[in-house]
Amino acid sequence: MSQKTYTYYPGCSLQHGNHAYEVSNRAVAKALGFELAEIDDWNCCGATEYFSLNRLPAYALVARNLARAADGGATEVVAPCSACFLNLYKTDKHMKLYPKLNDQVNEALGAGNLSYKPGTLKVRHLLEMIITDVGFDMLKDRTRRPLYGLNFAPYYGCLIARPDNVLDSTEQPTLMDQMIEVLGAKATDFHLKTFCCGGHMTQISEETAYGMIHRIIKNAVDSGADAIVTICPMCQMNLDVYQGYANDMFGTKYEIPVMFFTQVIGLALGLSPRELGFGQEFVNMSGLIDKIQSSPPPKAKAARRPKEALPMPVMPE
Amino acid sequence: MKAAEKSTLFDRVVKATPGGEALAQCLQCGSCGGSCPSAVDMDHSPRALFAMINAGMEDEVLGSNTPWYCVSCYACTTRCPQNIPITDIMYTLKQMAVQRGHYDHPHAIKFSETFIGFVEQRGRGFEFGLATRYHLFHRPKQFLQPTQVFKMGAMGANMMRRQRLPVRPVSIREIDQLQAILAKAKVVAAKEMQA
Repeated sequence: MSQKTYTYYPGCSLQHGNHAYEVSNRAVAKALGFELAEIDDWNCCGATEYFSLNRLPAYALVARNLARAADGGATEVVAPCSACFLNLYKTDKHMKLYPKLNDQVNEALGAGNLSYKPGTLKVRHLLEMIITDVGFDMLKDRTRRPLYGLNFAPYYGCLIARPDNVLDSTEQPTLMDQMIEVLGAKATDFHLKTFCCGGHMTQISEETAYGMIHRIIKNAVDSGADAIVTICPMCQMNLDVYQGYANDMFGTKYEIPVMFFTQVIGLALGLSPRELGFGQEFVNMSGLIDKIQSSPPPKAKAARRPKEALPMPVMPE
Repeated sequence: MKAAEKSTLFDRVVKATPGGEALAQCLQCGSCGGSCPSAVDMDHSPRALFAMINAGMEDEVLGSNTPWYCVSCYACTTRCPQNIPITDIMYTLKQMAVQRGHYDHPHAIKFSETFIGFVEQRGRGFEFGLATRYHLFHRPKQFLQPTQVFKMGAMGANMMRRQRLPVRPVSIREIDQLQAILAKAKVVAAKEMQA
């Protein structure tokens, strides 16, 4: 792949509480040979908050980013945050589907001398972009430190899997599982991979949020994972920062690190933990590096019948 | 205005929601409530709420906590056999409850308003300002309990130590452009409300 430049929408969270994600995205982009160029003077996507209060300004807020990206000559825009991704994707899609909404949003954009024709941009999530454009072959080829012996619970969260099927399934996607296996690690059988992390509920109704967080963490630990891999800053924040609170509420002692998927890729590419923004997490993840083995663990043998079991029935001759 | 001339709750919900027409096709199957991760805390399941919308129970619907416990995860939307945009209908119900003025679940509204206040002012979210302003001004009773103050203070300190809670807000360059767009959008939205 030649040096390709992608128009990039980082989102507020990557500039504030989840700077580690931004650091690892940049490091991985450099190592894999593509560039991330920010939309000029982008603004917040409004998360789920603006749509709850006033729909049209919420669409207009997102559309300003789309319009500025299209003005810059972009044909696609990549977002690493699932909420930002969905807002950009949904605004573009709804403007295309509902002509009246399109007129209204463009009327609002006109007040800032902007306009946006829906369909101009293809909105993509960074995970889908890396898997599709960089590809598993290249990831395998560039792997310098295969993550043998590590078990990861692939956690997709809601807003990339739903409401539209941009990965391979809305219920049980497997693309990130495959990516983890390509990097030498094992993806565990993690059932709640698209269960919601609770979003803003940690601020509004703690019991609701901690219940959801606890369910995800318990399921990940039960699946045999050493760490959870996320693709969204909100999911990382909820599962990592509030893990202790969920433990307090349920009387559990879970301590499972929550990593960004680009940090996992970066580790396999041989980048140092510092280059990948390690150290901002609440549940320490540096210990994972010591768990990496030099050769792939032997495959578990198929379970054999115990000696004391009753004999198999035999067909009469 | 005579009662007969007033459009029904159902019509208003459908009109305000992109793709809302599908609500007429609700089978009352309950896939939505069964898929919902926060349904346990709702006073009516989404299915029940849709039956209530159909029955025109405006006070009960707009006073329900159901939309405010919706976490926008779209599990119901993808599983709905009739392709009803359930999450978007929840957004509509939240807006209608806010416009109606008297609501029983102020936390979620205040959180959204505080969040958006920073976005409208600066063009970017501001987590430190959001956390302090929201908890101090809108949840003082919970916040000012000694255990809670200690807990949140420790959390804030831990976040700051890890450089996850910058105290200086960021503003975009062309904030005038954004504010002009949002002001215009509000005018257009208000005009449609009256029509």
